[in-house]
Amino acid sequence: MSAPAGAWEVVIGLEVHAQLRTRSKMFCRCSTAFGAPPNSQTCPVCLGLPGVLPVVNRRAVEYAVRTALALGGRVNARCRFARKHYYYPDMPKNFQISQYEEPLAEDAALEIDGPDGAPRRIGIQRLHLEEDVGKLVHEGTLETAAASLVDYNRSGVPLMETVTRPDLRSPEEAAAWLRAFRAVLLYLGVCDGNMEEGSLRCDANVSLRRAGTDPLGTKVEIKNLNSFRNVQRALEFEVRRQAQALDAGERLVQETRLWDADRAATRSMRSKEFAHDYRYFPEPDLPPLDLDPAWLAAIRGDLPELPRARRQRFVEQYGLPAYDADLLTQSRALAEYYETAVRAHANPKALSNWIMSELLRELPGDDEAALARCPVPPAHLAALVRLIDEATISGKIAKDVLVTMLRTGEPPTLIVEREGLVQVADAGALAVLVDEAIAANPRAVEDFRRGKAAAAKALVGAVMKASRGKANPAIVDRLVQEKLSRG
Amino acid sequence: MTTGAAAPSLAALAAAYRDGATTPTAVTEGCLGRIDRLDGRIGAYLAITRDAALADARASEQRWRDGRPLGPLDGAPIALKDVLCTRGVPTTCASRILERFVPPYDATVVARLRAAGAVILGKTNLDEFAMGSSTEHSAFHPTRNPWDLQRVPGGSSGGSAAAVAGGLALAALGTDTGGSIRQPAAFCGVVGLKPTYGRVSRYGLIAFASSLDQVGPLAVDVRDAALLLEVIAGHDPRDATSVAAPVPDYTAALGDDVRGLRVGVPDEYFIEGLDPEIEAAVRDAIAVLRDRGAAVERLSLPTTGHGLATYYVIAPAEASSNLARYDGVRYGLRVEGRDLIDMVSRTRAAGFGPEVKRRIMLGTYALSAGYYEAYYGQAQKVRTLVRQELDAALARVDVIAAPTTPGVAFEHGAKADPLAMYLNDVFTIPASISGLPAISVPCGFSGSGLPIGLQLIARALDEPTLLRAAHAYERATPWHARRPALG
Ligand SMILES: [Zn+2]
Repeated sequence: MSAPAGAWEVVIGLEVHAQLRTRSKMFCRCSTAFGAPPNSQTCPVCLGLPGVLPVVNRRAVEYAVRTALALGGRVNARCRFARKHYYYPDMPKNFQISQYEEPLAEDAALEIDGPDGAPRRIGIQRLHLEEDVGKLVHEGTLETAAASLVDYNRSGVPLMETVTRPDLRSPEEAAAWLRAFRAVLLYLGVCDGNMEEGSLRCDANVSLRRAGTDPLGTKVEIKNLNSFRNVQRALEFEVRRQAQALDAGERLVQETRLWDADRAATRSMRSKEFAHDYRYFPEPDLPPLDLDPAWLAAIRGDLPELPRARRQRFVEQYGLPAYDADLLTQSRALAEYYETAVRAHANPKALSNWIMSELLRELPGDDEAALARCPVPPAHLAALVRLIDEATISGKIAKDVLVTMLRTGEPPTLIVEREGLVQVADAGALAVLVDEAIAANPRAVEDFRRGKAAAAKALVGAVMKASRGKANPAIVDRLVQEKLSRG
Repeated sequence: MTTGAAAPSLAALAAAYRDGATTPTAVTEGCLGRIDRLDGRIGAYLAITRDAALADARASEQRWRDGRPLGPLDGAPIALKDVLCTRGVPTTCASRILERFVPPYDATVVARLRAAGAVILGKTNLDEFAMGSSTEHSAFHPTRNPWDLQRVPGGSSGGSAAAVAGGLALAALGTDTGGSIRQPAAFCGVVGLKPTYGRVSRYGLIAFASSLDQVGPLAVDVRDAALLLEVIAGHDPRDATSVAAPVPDYTAALGDDVRGLRVGVPDEYFIEGLDPEIEAAVRDAIAVLRDRGAAVERLSLPTTGHGLATYYVIAPAEASSNLARYDGVRYGLRVEGRDLIDMVSRTRAAGFGPEVKRRIMLGTYALSAGYYEAYYGQAQKVRTLVRQELDAALARVDVIAAPTTPGVAFEHGAKADPLAMYLNDVFTIPASISGLPAISVPCGFSGSGLPIGLQLIARALDEPTLLRAAHAYERATPWHARRPALG
């Protein structure tokens, strides 16, 4: 439903601001931790007091370089910071230190699955570093509020801006790209990807053109897309709005529109307010950044396997269905979890099933922190599957054991032993239970002899119940069949 | 010494403290006494930190008594241009907009002076935000030249130069962007040194033009300038543009031997418009160097005249950006308005003087879309040419000798036309835009009894040669020992 009716081709480009996961800010040593009391993480530098100077956070540069290299970008041997000017009270210097003519990296790309399943390469025009601004707190709009307060904790937090080429062709594709990009950032460990807390923010440029024509239509920028769902919904709305206008022969204006998730619509921001001349010029307080080739090589050598490569390898190496591989590689932590478990017990498909159906019910698979805190380490899950594979416990019991594991963090062997859950596979012991079940269920025995084969199931169920689930169901089944046939 | 007399040199002072001939308290009280008696007429100071100065003097006195002084500057009463941030003491830049600004931190140079035991007497006057050459553009009051109270002390470090010339401080720090240390030093008959760009930290120096600003000493003689430079120079991790090179022992490098020193005399500094008395004094000074064994040669620096235009694009451009933060939101003056934008405009309209507004407008224009390349871009190219030309000249000679100013101190109000005022900087600007060290030393007096300055320019980071040449000249001439008759 996202594709517009008729002859319009959708052209979308994204601009993503990712907060880099450094401990300190871009140009000072203040903490970047989220949620501290207002203005408690500030200093003269990030407050822009007279006389202060910025000093570049090397770790932020490293993270941006890592991202650029992972995406096959060209990292410029020399890049430069620039000042971007506009007046806004959340910006203490009334300019933002960003990058303009000489960005950190250019010409990268990230592949996603196209509509036909074939890979689609989405170009990335540039990646650059900049500082975040503070946060205004006021009632209503800035224009009507009686007063406004500013929290500068976020001021100076390092951001990496990534600008795609206008290569995306549908709202779904845009959302898929953003998901894939977020996964890369998580794999690289450079961003926590938390969209609710604003660690990852997305603006989109969207235009329509007649299918098969070259010139781009009038571009509209949409701001405030703070979830995958909102990216898709806002773009779908905007594509419909533009298609209707164009179908009606109206002219579109180049403007910035704000996505209002509550009203499920985009609305025009006053274009006057945003018709800025930013008066960019090279930041004179920071010498150009010369990146040592040896340092770049070291970062390149240290790059982890990225989600798509890993997904492919999971299919080939573990014989997993593409669906499983996709799910298991959604974050680096989950993929690591899976592979650690497989190394401990080589049953890739069973482990995949247990992770997908049981573990991911308890915790989000893209939440690195939650996975790190997971009370069931991969070795324990592997041990649980081994207990099933070695017929020590049944799959049904195993689910109960996992519940306990999640609660207590204990290894499965300990739980099975303590709670006496070892499966009874001793035919002698089970024969006694089978005899008791036959004696207690004459109706079932009668039914069986009259030819109702299903009646045996009731007897097996009775034995399982009497053993409190510990009986090996296959052996019980065989014993029941034998005894009934003999009798 | 008596408390009423003009102060001795810092070097003599340390010896007197060591011998017990005088004490930091006596000397500090002497300076404060002269300030009380004379500053009503001179207006060198914007603020006097009497109590803190006396407390620091007493602490210094104890250290000397214990035989544990912090160095040769321990107990030396020094004045600071009011663009240098002083923790807990208002730092105004001689502007209404910062009238109530009290920095929560010390500039690096201030911290280094304190660590060396210096006694801070107070904050000296300047042209608002260091924009000017006469100290008439202070928002609070003009400063008068101790040699002739009808005349200006030069600027923008006019307060610092007048304080040293009048014995209201033993030495002072100023800042030089296009000549703001050297020109007032020449006008007031003291030594003024602009170090190599990056030699002294700018952290805590309230920026005028970031790529040009440099802190430096104003002193009664060359040795004192060297002593001060030794304390304030050196790499600062808070200033990314500060130079990592180790700090030489400047006082040890002084000597008075200039045999073999190659001195270049550029034709373009002896042009029409140069006061004949100044030309005569400077040519005499060059002859003194030749007589003492220096090899003097003529030079041509054809780009000299372009420096002025270049400077008056680059400095206002950077200033328009640096001064954007004064908006009434966080500190300093606030004039309430209908809304935020109105508040910012009213605050800036009321807070900045006409010269500052003129430069903000010039600089904003130079950075505007469509004009950037023609102005700022072009100015940067010319700047490179000027620097290359000076570098090439300094590959042939060790120092360049020239007048510091085209005229002697002028009368208050004599240069009401901004362009006439700007022309005052024509000889000091080339070293500024090239980042080279330069010094002005007294080299005579006009018929009307006004001081004349000899300017020497050296290679980047070659302050030792610069100081040696200046010192040798000073040792051979009596000019630096003259003091104005202030009663
Ligand atoms: Zn900070």
